[in-house]
Amino acid sequence: MFDRRLIHNFDWILLSVLIIIGFMSVLNLYSAAYSIRSMGGSQIYVRQICWYAIGFLILLLMTTFDYHLLERFAYPLFFVSLVLLVVVLKIGKVTHGSQRWLSFGYFNVQPSEMVKISLVVVLAKYFSKAEKIGDYRLRELLRPFMLIAIPFVLVVDQPDLGTALMLLIVSFSIIIFVKVNWKSILIFLSTALLAAPFFWITLQEYQKKRIITFLRPDLDPLGAAYHVTQSKIAIGSGLLRGKGFLKGTQTRLHFLPEQHTDFSFSVFAEEWGFVGSAMLLFLYLFLILWCLNIAKNSKDKFGTFVVVGIVASIFWQLAINVSMVTGLLPVVGIPLPLFGYGGSSVISTMAAMGLIMNVSMRRFIFQE
Amino acid sequence: MAWRPDFDTSETEIYQKRLTRLTYFVLIVFGVLLVRLWFLQIINGAKYRIQSENNRIDLRDVLPFRGLIFDRDGQLLVDNRPSFILGVVPEDIRGLDCLIGNLRRLIEIDGISTKKRIEEALKRDPFNPVYIKKGLTRDELARIETNTLSIPGVIIKAKPKRHYLYGTLAAHLIGYLGEIDREQLNREEYKENKPGDFVGKFGVEKKWQRYLNGMRGGQQVEIDASGRRLRVLYQKAAEPGFNVYLTIDRDLQMLAERSLYDKEGAIVVMKPGSGEILAMASSPTFDPNGFAKGMDKKGWERLVSNRYFPLQNRVISGQYPPGSLFKLVVALAGLEEGVIDPNEKIFCGGSYSFKGRVYRDWKEEGHGYVDLHRAIVESCDVYFYKMGQKIGIDTIAKYAKRLGFNCETGLQLGDEKPGLIPDRAWKLRRWHAPWEEGETLSVAVGQSFTLITPVQIVRFISALFNGGILFRPQVTKWIGRMNEERISEFKPDLTGYWDLKRENMELVKRALIGVVNEPHGTGKRARLDRTRVAGKTGTAQVIALPQEEESVQERDVPYRFRDHAWFAAVAPAENPEIAVAILIEHGGLGGAVAAPIARDLFESYFNKVKPL
Repeated sequence: MFDRRLIHNFDWILLSVLIIIGFMSVLNLYSAAYSIRSMGGSQIYVRQICWYAIGFLILLLMTTFDYHLLERFAYPLFFVSLVLLVVVLKIGKVTHGSQRWLSFGYFNVQPSEMVKISLVVVLAKYFSKAEKIGDYRLRELLRPFMLIAIPFVLVVDQPDLGTALMLLIVSFSIIIFVKVNWKSILIFLSTALLAAPFFWITLQEYQKKRIITFLRPDLDPLGAAYHVTQSKIAIGSGLLRGKGFLKGTQTRLHFLPEQHTDFSFSVFAEEWGFVGSAMLLFLYLFLILWCLNIAKNSKDKFGTFVVVGIVASIFWQLAINVSMVTGLLPVVGIPLPLFGYGGSSVISTMAAMGLIMNVSMRRFIFQE
Repeated sequence: MAWRPDFDTSETEIYQKRLTRLTYFVLIVFGVLLVRLWFLQIINGAKYRIQSENNRIDLRDVLPFRGLIFDRDGQLLVDNRPSFILGVVPEDIRGLDCLIGNLRRLIEIDGISTKKRIEEALKRDPFNPVYIKKGLTRDELARIETNTLSIPGVIIKAKPKRHYLYGTLAAHLIGYLGEIDREQLNREEYKENKPGDFVGKFGVEKKWQRYLNGMRGGQQVEIDASGRRLRVLYQKAAEPGFNVYLTIDRDLQMLAERSLYDKEGAIVVMKPGSGEILAMASSPTFDPNGFAKGMDKKGWERLVSNRYFPLQNRVISGQYPPGSLFKLVVALAGLEEGVIDPNEKIFCGGSYSFKGRVYRDWKEEGHGYVDLHRAIVESCDVYFYKMGQKIGIDTIAKYAKRLGFNCETGLQLGDEKPGLIPDRAWKLRRWHAPWEEGETLSVAVGQSFTLITPVQIVRFISALFNGGILFRPQVTKWIGRMNEERISEFKPDLTGYWDLKRENMELVKRALIGVVNEPHGTGKRARLDRTRVAGKTGTAQVIALPQEEESVQERDVPYRFRDHAWFAAVAPAENPEIAVAILIEHGGLGGAVAAPIARDLFESYFNKVKPL
């Protein structure tokens, strides 16, 4: 079963990029947490190291089996993650008014992260099995739409609008990649726009409010709008070479909110300047292009689609996060993948990277 | 798994092409992000660097106006008045000692503790203001404003303060505000609030907190290094809270409270046909304005440790023995069960012997031969000793519960008590002792373990006269803003229905008319000329004075052992518009003390409601 060629084909470059990003993340969290040490947050970077350690283990674990196994069990896995989503709604832990976590004693699991991967796998399987190549019509997309709708509704219900939005964006990225008939997209978008007001009417008052604050956080001048202003000052004041490690004043004076999660990029940009932030961006760009190359070299459609789905997820999270901290987009609460603090996010992203590595390692191996 | 020739060459080409396009797309987006970073960090970087060094953005709350509270006729009861707070931004101070010296010349402050607090804040959080004096007078305000230049770092903040126009009026019902506590801050319904906010802590202020509160607004103000406001970057207006219109009638409420002046007790007035509370008074009372100022520790302790419990709303959380009022429950139970024959006459000689003990009637010489009607009118104890014994404790308890006792009325003003209706099972559970037959006799005349609240009584007498419907007592007429759609509007809420024979209820009703209107009735002093009043008196023993002892004169009994006086009544008896329950703690005889208060309330009510 285990093939020597696997080790030979192990993607050391991908692994190295991940390690570098992980190292920068920990360094940056150390700085961010340095300023909130008085508030008891100094252990954040230590925990992030743990998450990365677990993440790398899971990444290796994800390379040990042939990814076609995933293809075979795509639907059962998808089903399991949906069940977990339902369970979390019933008995999940409530934090900050939303129910996202399943508590297992020492650690918490966020099933919405798992569903992100299993949805990609299921969609990849669906489209790789389809007879057609491209030009999908609306009618033919009914089933994938159903597959997307179920987890979407469950995640919205938690409510975790950020993850729900990511589910939609990633799914649509895949659908556009497999090529849908443009006319179908137009029809779909126009019906969605037409139906939106009716949908809006059926919402409860509090649900409307939640969506409005999600989409227009700038309406809250003391909250998100303030965050963006401060984030822009932090990034801008970094100038070319930055203020230096542990010297970010915006960070130190707590002007930056959630500096260890959503605004971790701003902390980095303030301390390392344009040179540092551009380097970080190039690192991500390299990671994404490398993965797209893996998609190109994959030996089958399923592999390509899985990789494209995962890359889309990373890419969009990065693009949205950086746009939001630089004031190009409203603050929608999507963290920078691998860089921001968060166990669930780091581990699930590493698991997804493991899958890509799995595809990369098996690109030359054909089983009889 | 066998390898499938998934990619034939044409397909491969298609996907290769798409992946290439994807790569271009990714590159473009990264390009945009890079340009944006360039723009922020290189082109505008210097500006941001200056801002990060010198300027800061101050967040100012714009507090919403809390909703007003009115009575049922739209008379204003509670509003907001501006109040000014003196604060200091530690970062902006030039020389702490100098500042405190200057301040002390202008206003009265405690120099040492203020200095200590500012020094602490300097270390911890120098940009947030420390508030050093609340409730500045106009005079102090003027002195500070004219001297702002010599006291850099000092700020004045205007904050609306809750103002209760009539002080103690309906204090228990309206409630009061207090600083939000940690536990509330974590709850969803307080997500509009921040530490330091004043929120409803009691009564209607708490019950309708979410509507009264309003939505806070805010300002982003750019401030330079010396604390001057440069400009407002962004602002959002605060949205005032919704107004609450109570079912309370201000004049009736005032009268009720005046009647309780220098007494301890409770008065509740309700509309029997809907459950609207017209007045709810509890004495002793307190002034909620004291809370709005932010009560000091001493004031609070004085209130809490007061032995007459001024904070307790006796109407809903005072539990008392019902005294003779409970005879009505026994009468209804006996009639329904067929145990009481209304025409049967029983001899009352002033006392009743049972199992070797003598149970006295309140009237030493006895009432002679009495039937049910006279027994209620004259409140004969012996009659009910006998009937109670015949009916049995469990049946009495069953009816009492069915008639609405032993459970909250659902007023939802906080801390409503259910009272207590004892039966055999309860005694075994609570006291691990079997029920004694003699106790049934005490229960039948409203003594023993039985406890009820004034609001239960007003609901009871209302139901008796409205055909047996238990309405939930309510205090809110509507909530909303002028000229806007109302958020909530009063609707009668039926919580139960007495399944009793109409003729039995009629018998008891007729007897209650007799109580007030017949020559020997105990409630004569509630009589009115124009309107027929029906009611029942009650005198509840606080402690069971040994029955064998010589009866003692009321004035010889120490105050806290004196009987509670009860009176419950409706008017007009034929088609009741208003029901009252009055309890005077240690007041003595219900007919003498409580009945005249009911008369005054009725008179005031009927004089006000002009016939159309």
